[in-house]
Amino acid sequence: MQTTSPFIISNACFEAGGITYFKNLSFTLPLHQWTCLLGTSGVGKSSLLKVITDMQNNVSYMAQQDLLMPWLKTIDNVLLGFKLRGQKTKEHIEKAEHLLAEVGLYDKRFVYPHQLSGGMRQRAALARTLMEQKPLVLMDEPFSALDALTRLSMQTLAFQLLKEKTVLLVTHDPWEALRLGHQVLVMSGLPASLTDVLLPDEPPLRDATDPQLLPYYQKILQQLVGRS
Amino acid sequence: MMKYWRIIITMTVLLLLWQMTIIIFQLPSFILPTPWSVAKSLYLNIHLILYQAIPTITETLLGLILGILIGIMAALFLSSFSFAKRWFLPLVIISQSIPTFALAPLLVIWFGYGMPSKIITAIIMLFFPVTSTFYDGLNNTPKEYLHLARVMHATPINILIKIKFAAALPQLASGIRMAAVIAPIGAVVGEWVGASKGLGFLMLNANARMQIDMMFAVLIVIVSFALLLYYSLDYLLKRLMPWQN
Repeated sequence: MQTTSPFIISNACFEAGGITYFKNLSFTLPLHQWTCLLGTSGVGKSSLLKVITDMQNNVSYMAQQDLLMPWLKTIDNVLLGFKLRGQKTKEHIEKAEHLLAEVGLYDKRFVYPHQLSGGMRQRAALARTLMEQKPLVLMDEPFSALDALTRLSMQTLAFQLLKEKTVLLVTHDPWEALRLGHQVLVMSGLPASLTDVLLPDEPPLRDATDPQLLPYYQKILQQLVGRS
Repeated sequence: MMKYWRIIITMTVLLLLWQMTIIIFQLPSFILPTPWSVAKSLYLNIHLILYQAIPTITETLLGLILGILIGIMAALFLSSFSFAKRWFLPLVIISQSIPTFALAPLLVIWFGYGMPSKIITAIIMLFFPVTSTFYDGLNNTPKEYLHLARVMHATPINILIKIKFAAALPQLASGIRMAAVIAPIGAVVGEWVGASKGLGFLMLNANARMQIDMMFAVLIVIVSFALLLYYSLDYLLKRLMPWQN
């Protein structure tokens, strides 16, 4: 499905155990851009993502745990959505093989998840997310369990492969948000509100070693700390 | 290799203990026969024992297959409908709280001296571990798997088969392993209560004639069969679930 307008999230609410985590949150996800959502743990980032999953019909979802089914080989994990909807065809298998080649796992397509490293598993999950061919991709700290170097290369790979998609990435890492975000939102308070973060003019993917990012990083930290 | 040595050492130590007990307590052969006399009885009666093993093995395998199928279906039924758990779980538990030895004579009266009453005894004894472990597995599917499946617009039947069922396979396998150990007991108990053939029948006869060495010989065959059944099933289950290792 081709979408030409930005995704508008309006009046998202979430309550649990008598606590209102957020109420009437509204914001826009610009088309084909990355929006990074920053916040301290427990502020309700993941819940917001789940609420959006329920509001929007056409999303694919990637979590911190790779959620590869241990009983399926890599290629079948990439095809999971099509298996679950009962619509797997030969073209889909070819598409899945092509995607596995793009994430560098073609040789591992007949291997079970437990035989893959953490980085490989997350790359397989990325291929599964892309396989869904949904315009909006929601990601819940997908790189946070990886070591620093693997994380950098995963960020680069995901950014390149998700160019045509509109992405909402939940993260607790300001560096990650600075590297990837066209738009960065800080979520804080109870009930939570969103504030826009000032970003460098240079578009993402930004260089993680660029010292010019440092002032932006400090500012984000102040926003995160000052309001929580 | 170490595995085989362990088995040999364990067997030797047990046989030595057995022989020592007889020597120390001066037990007569109708109380506890010597390992040697049991071996002799096994050798002399091997044709008879193996011939009588055929019905017992048939009952065991049929009971095991049917019991596992019933166990799987019961677990699926109990976990798929909320009313099923409320209404039928107590019945399942009642079926397990009745001692099989009390039930077996009735089963013989109802289903006759032939194989069906033995197969049913085995089924009643072994379906519950399958149901109980598999039911637990079905109800403990990781929430994140189900969330992902919903985001992917999975059909309900596919969520049940391709996510919940698949995720519960390791638990089902442990239920099947337990069932494999129970199945021969079920068949022998059934035969013990009333039969005209089978290893249980043979044991009962040997017992009545004070042929204790013969009883032990039959027991050895039953135990060997139970071990063979357990380990071949275990091997098969491991081959079928390569992601479990």
